[in-house]
Order: sequence, then C-alpha cells, then structure tokens
Amino acid sequence: MIETNEKQPLLQVKNLDITFGTHKNKFHAVKNVSFDIYKGETFGLVGESGSGKTTIGRSIIRINPTSGGEILYKGEKINGKISKERDRELTRQIQMIFQDPMASLNERAKVDFIVSEGLYNLKEKFSSFQRKAKVGKALSDVGLLPEFASRFPHEFSGGQRQRIGIARALIMEPDFIIADEPISALDVSIRAQVLNLLSELQKKRGLTYLFIAHDLSVVRFISDRIAVIHKGELVELAETEKLFAHPLHPYTRALLSAIPLPDPIAEKNKKLLVYDPNMHNYSVDKPVWCEIESGHFILANNPEIEKYKKQLENS
Amino acid sequence: MEQEVILSVKNLHVKFDLRGKTLNAIRGISLDLYKNESLAIVGESGSGKSVLVKTFMGLLDANGKITDGQIIYEGKDLTKFKTEKEWLTVRGKKIAMVLQDPMTSLNPLKTIGYQICEAIELHQGLKGAEAKAQAAKILQDVGITEPEMRMKQYPHEFSGGMRQRVVIAIAVACKPKILICDEPTTALDVTIQAQILNLLKDLKVKYNLTTIYITHDLGVVANVADRIAVLYAGDIVEIGTCEEVFYNPRHPYTWALLSSLPQLGIKGENLYSIKGTPPNLFTDIKGDAFAPRNPHALKIDFVKRPPYFDVSPTHKARTWLLDPRAPKVEPPKILGKLREGVKNID
Repeated sequence: MIETNEKQPLLQVKNLDITFGTHKNKFHAVKNVSFDIYKGETFGLVGESGSGKTTIGRSIIRINPTSGGEILYKGEKINGKISKERDRELTRQIQMIFQDPMASLNERAKVDFIVSEGLYNLKEKFSSFQRKAKVGKALSDVGLLPEFASRFPHEFSGGQRQRIGIARALIMEPDFIIADEPISALDVSIRAQVLNLLSELQKKRGLTYLFIAHDLSVVRFISDRIAVIHKGELVELAETEKLFAHPLHPYTRALLSAIPLPDPIAEKNKKLLVYDPNMHNYSVDKPVWCEIESGHFILANNPEIEKYKKQLENS
Repeated sequence: MEQEVILSVKNLHVKFDLRGKTLNAIRGISLDLYKNESLAIVGESGSGKSVLVKTFMGLLDANGKITDGQIIYEGKDLTKFKTEKEWLTVRGKKIAMVLQDPMTSLNPLKTIGYQICEAIELHQGLKGAEAKAQAAKILQDVGITEPEMRMKQYPHEFSGGMRQRVVIAIAVACKPKILICDEPTTALDVTIQAQILNLLKDLKVKYNLTTIYITHDLGVVANVADRIAVLYAGDIVEIGTCEEVFYNPRHPYTWALLSSLPQLGIKGENLYSIKGTPPNLFTDIKGDAFAPRNPHALKIDFVKRPPYFDVSPTHKARTWLLDPRAPKVEPPKILGKLREGVKNID
C-alpha cells in the first residue's frame, strides 16, 4: 500500500462550517470539518441521519453555501464566489448520484433527455447525433441497452433506475463522484449489482468517490478510508480495516456494535454499546482534531489522546 | 413438533387484476405459525411478502383476491370474511401491524395521545381518563419517558425512532396475539434500528406476542428470528429455524441471497450478484421459478415444480437438488465464512 502522504489529494476540505438560518434560528449543521480525499480512492462518510453527511456532499457540488472554511478541488478553492465559467466546469467534473432512484428521475422525460440533460449546460455544443451516441455509450457503460433511451423511467425497476442515475453522472465524464446513499433504497440482490458496477467503473476510469452512507457493512466493503461524523463533527477518520480493527472513539464503537450481522449466534449474543455524548469531560479541556497515528485522526482532548494512545499500544 | 399452531395458512393463492391482466402474487403458500415464536419472512421486493401478511388482516387492495386456500385463525377461516364488521374482530384486536415508515403511518394532525387512545377506546371499551392512563402506561413500556407530556405532542415533535416507538405502542395497545412488523427498521438509522429491535424483543416476552417480521435485511433476521421463511416469486422456497437457514441453506436462491451480502465481500473483488431478473408473475410459471437464474438448475427444474423435501423435521426446501436422484451440488464456499462468524467488534 502506498503511504498516505505520497498520494495526491484531489479534494481538500479545511475547517468547513455550514450553518442554516440566521440569528435565533441559526443551526450549525457542520462544524469545523477537515479531511482530504485522494485521487482514485473511495472515501466513506458515515453517520446517522441529521449528522450533516449529506450537507457536506451538497456543499462540495455547490448546492449548499458554506459559512466558513475552504473546499479545495485540485488545489483551487471552489466554495464561495467563483466565476460562472469555473462553476460550469466544476459541474462537469464533480457529479452526484442520489439516494432514491424512484424520486430522482424526471417521470415526464424520456431516458434520453434525463441522461443527456447535463450536456446542454456545457460550453461545447453537440449535434443531436453526437448526443445520442454519447447517451447510448453511457447506457451501455452501466449495463443497460442503448435502446432504453426512448423509454420513460416508470418502465424500469429500482436497480435499472439507479443505473440510469449513474449513467447521467457518467456522461459528463467526471473525475469525482459523490454517491449519496446510492444503494440504501435498493433490494439486497440489486445492491450487489450496483456496488459491483460502481467499483468496476472506478477501475476503468480512475474515478474518485465520496461514498455517503449509514450502513457500515456496505461502506466497509467499498471504501478505502472512512470518516465517522456525529452531529456535524468528524469524530474519527482512518483506513477502513484500521477503523474496524481498532475503533477508538466511543461513538465509532457504538456504531460498529450496532451493525446487524448475518450470523444468528453472533447476533443473538452481541453486546450493544450506547454512545452518550456526556461521557466526555470537555468543560476545561476542549477536544481537538488530531492525528493519533499515521493516517488515523480522532476528535479528542489531551487526557483522551493519552488514553487512546495506550489502547493502540496494547492492541 | 408439539408446538401449538396459532395461525395456519393452507395452499393460499392470491391474484391481482392489473389492467386486464392477472398477476399471480401468491402461488400456493402453506405455513403454520406457532404460538410465541418469531417468524421472519425474507424476500426481494415483489416476492409477495407484504401481500401474504396483508391477507391475514383483510387489507388486500381492491383489485386483489384470494382465489384458493384457507387461513385458519381460532377455528375460523379468515378468507371467508366478507364484511368490515367481521374483520374488526381480528384486525387490530388479535392481529396488529407495525408499518415500515414511521413518517407516514401516523396522522400529523392528531396528537400522539389521541391516536393511541383511539385504538384503546375502540378495542378495549375504556373511556376518557381510563384510556389515557392505559395509553400512558403503554408509552412507558415502549421506552418513551414523561408519557403524560409527550401524549399532548404531535408526530412532528418526535424523531424517527421515537415515532416508530409510538407506532409500536399503538399496535400493542390492544394486546394483540400476533404482531406483524413490515420492515420495521428500514427507514431508521443503524443505532436506532438496534434499539427498536431490542424493544420489539422485550415486548414480545412482556405481552406474550407471536411476531412475524418481514424484511430483506438478513442482519435483522439473524437478530430476531426463531424461524425463517424465504419467499421467491410468491412461493416459500425454503423454511427452517434461523440456524438451519443461515448455516445449512439448501435452496440455490437462499445461497444466492446470502452470498450477495456485503459483509461477505472481499475488497477489490466483485460481490456475488444474482443474474437476471425475477420472473414475470403475469405468466404461468412452469417448473421452479428460480430456475432461469439458477446456475445449478437441472433439466427437470424447467419442466416440473419441485415439491418440498424435508432436510430435518423443522427444515424443508423446494428444490430438485434435494431429490436423491439429483447430482451432488455443494453450496458456495463463501457461505462458510458465515459460520466462522463475521468478525465481531469487542
């Protein structure tokens, strides 16, 4: 495995803050979040609903405005005010796949239009023949027949619809794809197909993924590194296997203990850990986001860091 | 088995009329539900698992019809019920249901207290203050603190997990004998999911319930089920105790379902996925419904529907592979990993 510091960061998030509302109604959705995503990797972002994981994803594709911090893509700042030209270019390079394939496709448009809609926004104009060829190729890339272009979304099953959603992202030839819970609305047997498709496309095209999910067993299978988010703050970030082998933060441990295991004996005997944020004593010593070992970050204060270091040595 | 049968389904057929065509949703299911057990029904969407339990409560859509078979509960045949009045003696009172999405199964315009009292007043004949006291007690039982105060609140003031607790409270308010949980945790987070499953298990003991879980999440099944029925294309292809189905599955569809779990995947390799699509239920299915997608299919699978073969007194599967004349086919190696136990976190 290549050392993390030798890899090229494709996307850097630095001290990101996102708030909604003003004055009294102000809500801090994302607090001081920092992470890097390296080129060609799959970065998993895990947390419960309302933890801010989707908000982070949306702020990267510039749907949610940020209120503090920086997002750098290929070294250049992409949050806040940027030129229209650049905005258009970024939309091409960063694409998103949505959670619910039943809700994310325009019911009244044909697949042809749904998939190629993004192309109309490009500076480069395509003739209808070129466009059709591109749609056909995108569809066959995701394992659908090019003839499907003339059909409507309701004619497809959930798995096929999610493939259309993926084709819509691929047609822009992006470098970076944000997959927001792409398989949670799908059936078990279809899940495997879509997961395989995503990793196949990554191998073929050198794509980078930000994979947002709440199901840790899926994230474990697909991600190289995982960040755990709780109430808008990252609490732990590490390589997948390291995180599963030595989870340090109590919230990570609680989350891991809650994964349902497909094994009746283990499942019926498992102990559920419950995370109580009051267990931290942060009244004097404020927690900081620090690197506890190479590539393993955690949110903790000084006494806790000492404790975690001991745990790592003993394990 | 000397266990007492509480509900018995015999050769049930359900058909739907859709745009002039007939869809065979349930194709001859026979099933005995034992008292105080917890049965899980597993299958893909469209396999008929929700339709099956809806027949127990007379909740089939208007275009659906039971064309054959019986559902025997307390000596009565539920398929013969015609009027709402007859159904009300069973629905909610004896057999209650928890639905999938707590966001949509509560009335947003009524307080939580009203919605629970509604069920209590209808089925238990308690009125006013008595009903309220009963409702508060049940809310306490499902883990909602300060029930008196919470009863005055509306559903939007509750989180997803709390709402699901309220839905469960309404379901158990009438002390039903059978509780059907239709994907009770799919809409919830993993941590909340674990809490709700524990709650359901506690309530089962406390209220002496027989529970039926419908789910496609095999992790949930391993946690809660005593017995598992695997449904494919409107038919039970395998049924057995939880351990038997997980550790000694016999039907190729069960193999495929278990193999495609991401927990068994090896990073960098493709996850096992089932080829093809489920069969078209508008047409009559010849032979084994899973045969076209089954890599181990025999010639006879395409011609004749397999009967049930007994693996053990509690375990049977509908596949020709269990016939003594069939060639030996080993289940996929990857399933061995299940037995080693997916590594548990200390």
